[in-house]
Amino acid sequence: MAKVRLTVNGAARELDVPPEMPILWVLRDVLNLTGTKYGCGTALCGSCTVLRDGEAIRACVEPISSAEGTALVTIEGLSANGTHPLQVAWRDLNVAQCGYCQPGQIMNAAALLARNPSPTDEEIDAAQQANLCRCGTYLRIREAIRVAAGEGSTGRGGDS
Amino acid sequence: MSRPVWDLFPGGGGVTRRSFIRTAAAAGGGLILGVSTACEGGGSRTPAGGRSVGLEGGFSPNVFVHLHPTGDVEIVVARSEMGQGVRTSLAAVVADEMEADWSRIRVVQAPGHPDFGDQNTGGSQSVRNHFQRLREAGAVARRMLEEAAARQWEVPAAECAGRNHEVVHLPTGRTAAYGELAEAAGRLQVPENAVLKGADQFRYIGRPLGGVDNLDITVGAALFGADVRPPGMVYAAIARCPVVGGTHRSYDAQEALRRPGVLRVVEIPPAESPPGYGSLGGVAVVAENTWAALAGRDALRIEWDLGPHATHESSAYRASLEAAVREPGRPDRSEGDVDGALRAADRTHSAEYYVPYLAHASMEPPACVASVTREGCEIWAPVQAPQTTRRVVAGMLDVPEDRVTVHVTLLGGAFGRKSKPDFVLEAVWISKEVGRPVQVFWTREDDIRHDFYHAVSMQRLEAGLDDSKRVTAWLHRSAFPSISATFASGIDRPPADELGLGNTTVPFDVPNLRCESCPASWHTRIGWLRSVSNIHHGFAVGAFADELAALAGRDPREFLLDLIGPARVIDYWAGEENAYGVDKRAYPYDTGRLRGVVELATGEAGWGRSLPAGRGLGLAAHYCFVTYVAQVAEVSVTGDRLRIHRIDCAVDCGLVVNPDQVKAQMEGAIVFGLSLALHGNITMRAGRVEQGNFDDYPICALREVPEIHVHIVNSDAPPTGVGEPGVPPVAAAVANAIFAATGRRIRELPIRLAGV
Repeated sequence: MAKVRLTVNGAARELDVPPEMPILWVLRDVLNLTGTKYGCGTALCGSCTVLRDGEAIRACVEPISSAEGTALVTIEGLSANGTHPLQVAWRDLNVAQCGYCQPGQIMNAAALLARNPSPTDEEIDAAQQANLCRCGTYLRIREAIRVAAGEGSTGRGGDS
Repeated sequence: MSRPVWDLFPGGGGVTRRSFIRTAAAAGGGLILGVSTACEGGGSRTPAGGRSVGLEGGFSPNVFVHLHPTGDVEIVVARSEMGQGVRTSLAAVVADEMEADWSRIRVVQAPGHPDFGDQNTGGSQSVRNHFQRLREAGAVARRMLEEAAARQWEVPAAECAGRNHEVVHLPTGRTAAYGELAEAAGRLQVPENAVLKGADQFRYIGRPLGGVDNLDITVGAALFGADVRPPGMVYAAIARCPVVGGTHRSYDAQEALRRPGVLRVVEIPPAESPPGYGSLGGVAVVAENTWAALAGRDALRIEWDLGPHATHESSAYRASLEAAVREPGRPDRSEGDVDGALRAADRTHSAEYYVPYLAHASMEPPACVASVTREGCEIWAPVQAPQTTRRVVAGMLDVPEDRVTVHVTLLGGAFGRKSKPDFVLEAVWISKEVGRPVQVFWTREDDIRHDFYHAVSMQRLEAGLDDSKRVTAWLHRSAFPSISATFASGIDRPPADELGLGNTTVPFDVPNLRCESCPASWHTRIGWLRSVSNIHHGFAVGAFADELAALAGRDPREFLLDLIGPARVIDYWAGEENAYGVDKRAYPYDTGRLRGVVELATGEAGWGRSLPAGRGLGLAAHYCFVTYVAQVAEVSVTGDRLRIHRIDCAVDCGLVVNPDQVKAQMEGAIVFGLSLALHGNITMRAGRVEQGNFDDYPICALREVPEIHVHIVNSDAPPTGVGEPGVPPVAAAVANAIFAATGRRIRELPIRLAGV
């Protein structure tokens, strides 16, 4: 079995795994990066979103072979110590309820802001439409993306 | 920023045996339980004459507080965190009375243990039932620190006051930090009580506090059920019979065992009937990773014996419920002479309301890690009821409960699903069979197809109006399969406690009123879903009240306020408790407070303003779990296209612990209510659930969510819960708004405008 070579959160990796194994399970079960979550297994909910060469992908359906030679970034590698503007805005606005979908939400929004630093509300909605949250934190997610883009109101007084 | 004590399985790093043992010791309660004095009933008071026990010079006046000599404070939260903010709110209550500095607090999640009192996290009762005892837990700690300082300074204790992590000698301004006093405080008798603060002295209660797990969540370090990785752990996926009550007749595992990474195939014994909390049984594939386990499961060849429920069909079942509510049922609440009043009425009106089965679909499907050894069993799981879990696991393994340790991880959403430990029993069984720690993983399809569903229901409401358009008769019949039937046989209709969720608790001032329950057979697992039978009862009662307003030719708001009637206490319950198991005197069911939220929501929504054609406002109000909520929905309908623009929500939950969390829970409950109003629909065909993932069981996404404005009533009544009460009014408010916009009545969920 040929090894898959890539970088994960900046570190070079050579992985001896079946090439068709979805990225999600390589991250979670082989590399023990459990911040990336399973939600549907069929690219319907966005909980597993990670960046592959900067593009947001659904790790539950993309085989690890598709990451050969690329750079993967997961929620654990988005910033040192949670200092990405999205992570800060997420805390300032107390976005999370259960928190399970939020790594996927943040990674999806990170890809949006990387290509469009000042998205309109419509662009935010379009980008995040397929990231589901059963707790219903959507309005705060939209506001946190605005804040991270320097456009929204700041926190609502929550200490974080 | 605090981190949970069990958060020592870092993602990305190898988990060493050493770090695992360290975590197990800390999270296993050795640290906390080992030093704590057991409390009767989980109260904060230690038994009379009890002594606090020091640890490393620290101070633990009760099971909820531990002060280290460094000044760091651990506060133990014994309720499960599923997004309702309980780890933050309950810790804030303790810290407030203790006068502890919030930045020095670390929240520790309690394992399942009777020392903590009731840990069953459901029924919106964490704040309601634990506010007072946790205040006492914090106040006792403060009083003992004050006493320790007073002795050290040789001054009267009354001259000493705990203030933001230090004790101040009021006459001189001299101070001592809490950490310096920990050891001395640990040598004192624990007092039986302590003076609580006045509300004007609250430091955290009533202020918005960010969640204690926010940092972990935003960096991917928060641990949920499938994130725990003890050394040697293997992964399991289970093939379960597609019909409840069925089982595998035979299976062929040869192909599955040939798949790379597959280690074992394990048979799980079939469930009993009815299944209760038990596992459904089936065939488990154990593998080196999740993906291999799933591939192995796909390769199993199983012949099922589908059992007695394989004929369950949604359409036929609906017809049976319709027939049931058209016949007289069992009267569960009866006042006046309903039949006579209907005969004498100037006008009568009836309508039937249908709500299908609903699935929980929390973003985290059930997941559990279990490790069974000769010594006992250790479990890491996102469970709402760790004590129940411990009991049923001990029962299955036939070991004493103290041999079973249940660590509660964060719950990635639960909504009632994770109060049932069937998935834990699966992991325990497999671990026992393979002799290794096992993670049981549920796919989304497993979750949607093997849920404990919200009951499918049919309701018939009938009312009579006199010639002055006042409602003189109210008859409400409700038919739905009971949750109790999942646990005991012979139950053919909902019992009183399920009817007390919005049916018999109807708040209306009608002289002749009867609530009846009608027969409904049981064919699949029924469970609690966020607000439980208030979902269908709130929809029907809220929508029917609006229908009567239209019949009377009156404004729905004025009509609803008249129907609720003057401010009074509703009390038809025998005994000391009301439908929610609370003391009736402490939590009277006060229609004045229901009127209050109606007035607040309609005022803020601009009720009565003129709207363009095709746009409308709808109102609904509902009391449940001792909390009062009213909502106004603003919608527009263009052709068959429904758009919800705005929802105003007024909530009266008594004294507010964390206003931002109350707001968040109302926002979330409204989105949850919209999902079930617009989308939720589980159907059965040949006993099998026809849906399986978010494509055929959709939930609301960002674009469907309206503007939401939450208005919180300022109150000093005892605090009540907010996790569930925001859900029931949503569907009725939207349905009533559709009527205002179009004249079309909605009597069935999910709402379908095409062809109506």
